[in-house]
Amino acid sequence: MSDSDSHATGSPYAPQTAAETAAMLDAVGADDLDALFDVPESVAFDGEFGIDARSERATRREVAALLGRNADLTEFLGRGHYDHYVPSIVDDLAGRSEFLTSYTQYQPEVAQGFLQALFEFQSMLVELTGLGVANCSMYDDATALGEAATLAQRVRSVSGDRVLIPEHLREGKRAVLANYADGPGLAVESYPMDDGAVDVDALSDRIDDDTAMVYAESPTVRGVIEERLGAVGDLTDDHDALFCLGSDPVALSLLERPVDVGADVVVGDAASLGTGTAYGFGLGMFVTREEYLRQVPGRLVGASEDAADRRAYTLTLQTREQHIRKERATSNICTNQAWVALRTAMHAAWLGPDGLVDLANECVTRPRDLADRLNDIVGVQAPVHGRHHFREFVARTDQPASAIVADLADEGYAVHAVGEHLIQVCATETTAEAEDGLVAALSEVAK
Amino acid sequence: MNYDQARWTDDGDDRYEPLLSEKASETVEVEDSTLPEDLTRDSLTLPGPAEPELARHYTRLSQMNYGVESGPFPLGSCTMKYNPSFTEDVAARPDAAVHPDRPDRTVQGTLALCHRLQDYLGRIGGMDAVTLQPPAGAAGEFTGIRIAKAYHEENGDERREVVIPDSAHGTNFATAAMAGYDVVELPSDDDGRVDVEALAAAVGDDTAALMLTNPNTLGLFERDIETIADIVHDAGGLLYYDGANLNALLGRARPGDMGFDVMHYNVHKTFATPHGGGGPGAGPVGVREGLAQFLPAPHVRERDGNYEYYEPEASIGKVHGFYGNWPVLVKAFAYIARLGDAGLRDASAKAVLNANYLAEQIAYDVPFGPFHHEFVASAGDQDAADAAKRMLDYGVHPPTTKWPEIVDEALMTEPTEAETKRSLDQLAAAFDAVAGDSDAELADAPSRPAAKRIDQVSAARTPRLSWQALDDA
Repeated sequence: MSDSDSHATGSPYAPQTAAETAAMLDAVGADDLDALFDVPESVAFDGEFGIDARSERATRREVAALLGRNADLTEFLGRGHYDHYVPSIVDDLAGRSEFLTSYTQYQPEVAQGFLQALFEFQSMLVELTGLGVANCSMYDDATALGEAATLAQRVRSVSGDRVLIPEHLREGKRAVLANYADGPGLAVESYPMDDGAVDVDALSDRIDDDTAMVYAESPTVRGVIEERLGAVGDLTDDHDALFCLGSDPVALSLLERPVDVGADVVVGDAASLGTGTAYGFGLGMFVTREEYLRQVPGRLVGASEDAADRRAYTLTLQTREQHIRKERATSNICTNQAWVALRTAMHAAWLGPDGLVDLANECVTRPRDLADRLNDIVGVQAPVHGRHHFREFVARTDQPASAIVADLADEGYAVHAVGEHLIQVCATETTAEAEDGLVAALSEVAK
Repeated sequence: MNYDQARWTDDGDDRYEPLLSEKASETVEVEDSTLPEDLTRDSLTLPGPAEPELARHYTRLSQMNYGVESGPFPLGSCTMKYNPSFTEDVAARPDAAVHPDRPDRTVQGTLALCHRLQDYLGRIGGMDAVTLQPPAGAAGEFTGIRIAKAYHEENGDERREVVIPDSAHGTNFATAAMAGYDVVELPSDDDGRVDVEALAAAVGDDTAALMLTNPNTLGLFERDIETIADIVHDAGGLLYYDGANLNALLGRARPGDMGFDVMHYNVHKTFATPHGGGGPGAGPVGVREGLAQFLPAPHVRERDGNYEYYEPEASIGKVHGFYGNWPVLVKAFAYIARLGDAGLRDASAKAVLNANYLAEQIAYDVPFGPFHHEFVASAGDQDAADAAKRMLDYGVHPPTTKWPEIVDEALMTEPTEAETKRSLDQLAAAFDAVAGDSDAELADAPSRPAAKRIDQVSAARTPRLSWQALDDA
């Protein structure tokens, strides 16, 4: 059979037969389909977009041909979007149609499966952070940070509109935060770093009683594990500012608990588990203290009982949300990333606590070992920061970073350029087999 | 009913155990790390099931969940239609899974697909430029309203209000507030449409934008759209199109032709992406010429046959950390390519026919009309929420309830194009069975699903939001 099965006359997913269509038109008293449209002639459209229908097979070929134009690179890339091996069973189970084709759980009696999975996702984040309340997803880390800033403004006991962010922050994150901050009139200012970590003395000079929130990350965008988060927590306490910590589930499996360093909100990208690399496709995590519960943005799943007194789950505290509270809602978020949260919970459960800790430890040792090897290359000094690292590190190169990145791409490898003579390299279990090749290629191009 | 009622499963007395429970969880001590001890946590307690247990756990959970592939899902304004499997396959291609920080020249395929989708969406909406960055419809609204704000600021024209009809999606109100605007709510007229006189009175020098969906949430086309556009434009405001109901208009009318200046597309509703229990979606935004300079950065353009990112000159910045929900965009592209002009037009025609047919078949009163893709029935003397629970007993998912408030005991129903006459007849039979049931039967519903009626009040009064917060933890 040829692949010319295109439905040039209709949608293959609108399945009624011609006889059914005729019977239905008759039932509603319309002569034809056109008669159903209550559109004034003056704004009617003739239907010609100039988009040709393709068969299913032709569409697949077309996408394959398009994506085939992407270069085949081995990526040592991170900076907020990470590739960890996702077990096959995650695709298999998350792909079950009862999960995949369901909607937001407005009828909880027939959505117990998804609600329980989201409840378990929330529970995992509570365990990882030590904070009491996790929502069941935002879009990505950047938008979760924006939501944290607006929450800070709502919950602060005194007025204050300054949000302090680290000098080393991914530009995308900074730009999204700026957009969220504009409406409520928050001023976003950065504080300096000291050898890749929070300069606590400088932060101490900048923070004041008008500071609504201080944001810090561990690991930072440069892969540095912050060693003085407790001091940041003390500073924010002194000034009644919220301490927002950025991290991710893999790092949180190993690093000190956010609650123990005084964090009030934890945000970050949880897609580091469950999704792998997908061009920046994310899963925003948002966890905070119970006292801020009624100011939390987004969906919350709670435990309750059904009429037979058995445990049951439901979306709860919806009076915070836009579909009930309208302009007084805590956020405008409606569609979120529930299915991605399901995948993350599945991946975390598959690894189990020991698997997660092992993976996190590998995220410490692998970049350390790779940095040592790169440091032996003529024209490369690595790592730039004398700190502990997680997944990634910055290296100084004698050659311009842009030239290194371009030359490495020609050799089949991708790294970041983060300064005129600074590159950044991310190493996880998925790059293990390619590290020898990267070392050899960099040895050639770094001279 | 022909639906397989055996899909509802029931464990008897015990609820299915959380995976993260005392029984199923393990605690590991964190002591072997090469990091200093004061940088690491002491222990970690999480579930650690073996893979076969994991498979059974999630398979069991899936059996306690209802999706479009389980049966009709006529949630008004949510557009829960069947999504083809092949778009999932296409989006899952390994060569689609690249990192967003690659140099432009190494992702020419990704950028070419983005460029082609921008072009398609522009044609479909009658818009001159489209960004793919917003990760959901509400994020698209935020982007669009930020663009409107940037436009007014560029003109040195501070405006403080956004006008929104009372029938609009809640996201519209929340979005306007989030962008720092005051909301002016506009009452509907007796026909369920925008009251043009009230609009003229509400709009003025302070109006930044009118947010409107057309057809509106009652499924009614705003026939006076040109007059509405003139009123808003004459006052110096912009017209924002909420694309949530675009499924009703494909190939019949375009927002750009109706006078809208900026719009979002819920590509997960109008085209294809299974809703995944509440996301992901994607909310590309289209603008007319003159507003393209404000689009989020970066934007994709073609130059000499190559594709590149660039920053529009007066860009509002970013609304997503990277470039949006990429896999959803691939699915939208594949779906549009598969259907083409005729398929898209047919999808809307069948969605509209199905809504009108179903509205005609059911025993409940259906005010207003004529309808496009959805209609709002009134449960009359019944409580709409109870009626919805009773529908679960008849094996189908109920419509959206109690909204919009313009209709008493609203049952907002959108069958979509994915239903056949036979399945609509079955759906109508479920409606009619419920309409004939007593209040007592409604109050006791549902009796068939895995859970009986769930106590929402206790869930909200005593929040227990994690396993750690349960009494038996």
